[in-house]
Amino acid sequence: MPEILTRHRPLALLATLVVAQILLLAFQIKRNSNVRLIRYWASEIVTPGEKGASSTFSGIGDIWSGYIALRGAHAQNLRLQQELGQLELRNQELESQAAEAKRLSALLDFREAHQEAPMLAAQVIGGSADPSSHTLFINKGERSGIRRNDAVITPTGIVGKIVEVTPGTAQILLVNDRDSGVGALFSDTRTQGILKGDGDPEPVMAYVTNDEKVHPGEVILTSGEDRIFPKGLLIGTVAGSKPGYPFQTIYVNTAARLDRLEDVIVLLSQEDLHPGANQSAGNVVVGLPPQPATQPVGPASATGPAATASASSVSSVAKPDSRAAKPSAPSIGRP
Amino acid sequence: MAYTYNSGMQAESNIEVHKYYGGVVTVVALLAIVLQAFLHRYGRWSEFADLPLLVTIYFGVSKRSPVSGMLLGACIGIAQDALSHDNPIGLYGIAKTIVGFIASSVGARIDTEHPASRFALVFVLYHVHQGVLAFTERVLLNRPTPFFTIHLLIVSLVSASVAVVLFSLLDRLRRAS
Repeated sequence: MPEILTRHRPLALLATLVVAQILLLAFQIKRNSNVRLIRYWASEIVTPGEKGASSTFSGIGDIWSGYIALRGAHAQNLRLQQELGQLELRNQELESQAAEAKRLSALLDFREAHQEAPMLAAQVIGGSADPSSHTLFINKGERSGIRRNDAVITPTGIVGKIVEVTPGTAQILLVNDRDSGVGALFSDTRTQGILKGDGDPEPVMAYVTNDEKVHPGEVILTSGEDRIFPKGLLIGTVAGSKPGYPFQTIYVNTAARLDRLEDVIVLLSQEDLHPGANQSAGNVVVGLPPQPATQPVGPASATGPAATASASSVSSVAKPDSRAAKPSAPSIGRP
Repeated sequence: MAYTYNSGMQAESNIEVHKYYGGVVTVVALLAIVLQAFLHRYGRWSEFADLPLLVTIYFGVSKRSPVSGMLLGACIGIAQDALSHDNPIGLYGIAKTIVGFIASSVGARIDTEHPASRFALVFVLYHVHQGVLAFTERVLLNRPTPFFTIHLLIVSLVSASVAVVLFSLLDRLRRAS
């Protein structure tokens, strides 16, 4: 290199002079954005190298953090999955507790609204082994004061009645069971009938003549004629109807979710439930907004075959004056 | 008498190198720059005789040393830049450095004493000077300076003619060998 410079000293000097003057120019000239040309050149020369170095180090860092440093990732993943499982379980527990609290709150509200009526809250602990039988077991029995034919309800609607009692448990016959029968009436027309099960999940209302105009959504209440359920409790609404001979078949959507029962209320007396402070006088419908005052049920209001059938069916059950006198006869409408 | 034509190191060793009295080169160069600035006051007439360029070519050819030729060109060019109001320092410096180098290199190889050869040499070097100047201005300053126009052709012819006369006058400043 020194030999070449010595041999071509004039050329080397020329190049030196020209480059020196170009640099001198670059110090003076300003390009776009008022940046001196020398800075612009320096940036253009240095920036690619910096970019390359940055991308190289970034790539090395990515490789390190993405592959080499992930030795503990599997163990961490397992630990996090375990934590996730525990948290999901905990979440389910909390959701279950929240739902239970909501149900119990509803029961408590109902209990406070009807403090005059003796009642008992119980939890559903099991069902029937027979698929065709709609029965449930609750965790309260004779020791808690439960007797046969006690009405079982929820804050939203009726559920069934007690059919078997042991010291610690009791069996509920749901209203959609074939052996069940509940005195019922339409809230608007006061037409009476019998709510009974036909094997389907939802019960039907029987003994209503074809002349009766029934509209879907019409509210059905207990009539109290069965001497089991107090009068005015909500049963459900009309889902549809089908003409028949001599009576039409009315399909009912029960207000209480019979397939999702967890907590129920056992009414220890057949006394009518009086409304709470927030309900209008004369309306004893459970789980319903205020309704028109119920009219007295009697021969004058219960007309037609349905009323007759209902009355005849109900008349076969003696009204209990006291708990000791409560009948143990089959339920209303039982064949 | 200068060497007419030769080539190679042996020929260069036989060429006649003209010498001048002390301070002649400096004084003439300064005079050329000052005179050029003075002529600039009278409009565009000064551009028909780029005296600093002619002085650079003359001393480059006469001294026949590329190093001294390019240094003289650099000094004259930088001084010319310094006296201009809008040119960055180095613009004319680069052009005259290259012209000084070429002139001294050419002067060592061809006859530069004959008026015709002087005319041709100045004509060519004028366009070399203009080419380097235009290239530098285009690249570094983003100025659309033309490489060649008819006007430049005329100016180069006038400059070459002035150079023939000027060089004859400057020949009188040579020190007798």
